[in-house]
Amino acid sequence: MPKNWPRIRTVGVDGMLVSFGERLSEPANRAALAFRAAMEAKAWDGIEECSTSLVSAYVRFDPLYLSHEALRAQLERLCDSLDWYEAALPEGRKLWRIPTVYGTDLAPQLEEAAQAAGMTAEEAVASLSSTQVRVQTIGFAAGQPYLGELDEAWNIPRQTELTERVPEGALTVAIRQLVLFSVSTPTGWRHVGQTGFRLFRPESETPFVLRPGDEVIFAETDAEHLHNMRKGGPDGGATCEALT
Amino acid sequence: MTRALIVHRAGPGVTVQDMGRPGYLGFGLSRGGAVDRLALAEGAALLAQDSSLAALEMAGMGGEFEAGEDMRIALTGAPMRAAIDGQRIAWNASHDLPQGARLIIGGVEAGSYGYLHVGGGIATAEALNARAVHLAAGLGRAVAEGDALPVGKDAGHGTGQCLSVDTRFDGGEVRVVPSLQTDFFGPEQIERFEAAEFHRDTRGSRMGVRLTGAEGFHSDAGLSVLSEVVVPGDIQITGDGTPFVLLSECQTTGGYPRLCTVLPCDLPRVVQAPPGASLRFRFVTLDESVEAEARARKHRDTLRAQRQPLVRNPHDIRDLLAYQLISGVTAGQDT
Repeated sequence: MPKNWPRIRTVGVDGMLVSFGERLSEPANRAALAFRAAMEAKAWDGIEECSTSLVSAYVRFDPLYLSHEALRAQLERLCDSLDWYEAALPEGRKLWRIPTVYGTDLAPQLEEAAQAAGMTAEEAVASLSSTQVRVQTIGFAAGQPYLGELDEAWNIPRQTELTERVPEGALTVAIRQLVLFSVSTPTGWRHVGQTGFRLFRPESETPFVLRPGDEVIFAETDAEHLHNMRKGGPDGGATCEALT
Repeated sequence: MTRALIVHRAGPGVTVQDMGRPGYLGFGLSRGGAVDRLALAEGAALLAQDSSLAALEMAGMGGEFEAGEDMRIALTGAPMRAAIDGQRIAWNASHDLPQGARLIIGGVEAGSYGYLHVGGGIATAEALNARAVHLAAGLGRAVAEGDALPVGKDAGHGTGQCLSVDTRFDGGEVRVVPSLQTDFFGPEQIERFEAAEFHRDTRGSRMGVRLTGAEGFHSDAGLSVLSEVVVPGDIQITGDGTPFVLLSECQTTGGYPRLCTVLPCDLPRVVQAPPGASLRFRFVTLDESVEAEARARKHRDTLRAQRQPLVRNPHDIRDLLAYQLISGVTAGQDT
């Protein structure tokens, strides 16, 4: 276990966060997922909702029913009960191949992102389309994955100015991670690819398509193919298989 | 006739809202629901019904509505000009809306979000266990001209009740607590934040409101911090140093650091501050915040007991001379 971790902090008035590291790492991400599952299984009175972010597990509770001190003590005991960094990945994971157009007017920040990573546009596409990334958390918007981890060269910061709007299905990059957008929204992440994959399908039996632990390859395609695959349905030409 | 609220006209930001849908945070879907939850509780108290029922939230502007059958209504949140068949009616009060009568709700006179409640609640189809429209997630859509919104069976009775109007519609002081990323900002930044007089920007949505009026704030952690959990009330500082107060449709995680978090019981004051209104933020301890929440919950729980009969102002009664006047006042129950 890393020194000084896990660390427990308050989130506003009615939340607590158990974090397993300062930086993203595979063990810290697995620890967060497993810790959240354990909190939910405990089902302590006064707990209202749990979630994970990249390296943390969050709990929302009723502070008038369960005091901050009592919850903190419960969380500390749970932290000490296991080496969470050794936890296994969730079961039932899938590998997705999602066709992606890199660059062009569909994804206008490829050149800029490549430059920030010290690559040519071609090198950037080769790197991004060949890396099998894992869904580390779902967050920001409904069904939206943060994926990683990319090579060190992709440790590029977010932009200071917000891009006014990226479209749904936009593949964006910063800090060694990819985010595939489930909604059209302003963002500080750089838009390098475009997919036809709908992440949130409220009308369907499975409204949230990707799960933490799933893996994804953003395979290169061209605009014409993407256009045709989009007409085929919400998967935008994506395929999936079970990961064992 | 059908038990529906017929929409003849609606402002651009009229949506069906309830207490939102907890439980989907791990899937990236924030709770959503009414931005001013106190207004939902007030409407429920006025109609003596459950506060989990859905109502119409009206951002800045109302619309024109007709009852498909006799209904009870209540109006809460930001006061707006309202009339039934041309007769002005009181805000923060409950009224009868007879079948076929036209209810016209205009623009806000103070605050930002008004609410129209119906006896039995708006009964549109649930999606993921709630009726709340979540515009940011693309879940449902705003109410539009021609809609007939189904209304639930009304188990209650009685109107002509009012609640005293709250002061949350003109900005003012808002309490905040330190949160997980407060330490990313140096003491000088925090001091400057607490001393600043902010104004609510004209830009704002159910996701958040932008604050103007102070020089940008800067975090030592800058733009490379890991995305972390985000909750309503968080004050997020974007890359150019601008603070945003995040509201019920906020993102569930985010990379821009949060300087502090508004107390849930003070959030309606931020929500309702009209564009340009002045807002100041004051840090309190976690203990103080829990006490404040306890007081606010007690206040919400006793709203029904705080109702008073609505006494109509004679100036508002167009056909005053047709009334039987006793000692110069009406019975107060007339509609």
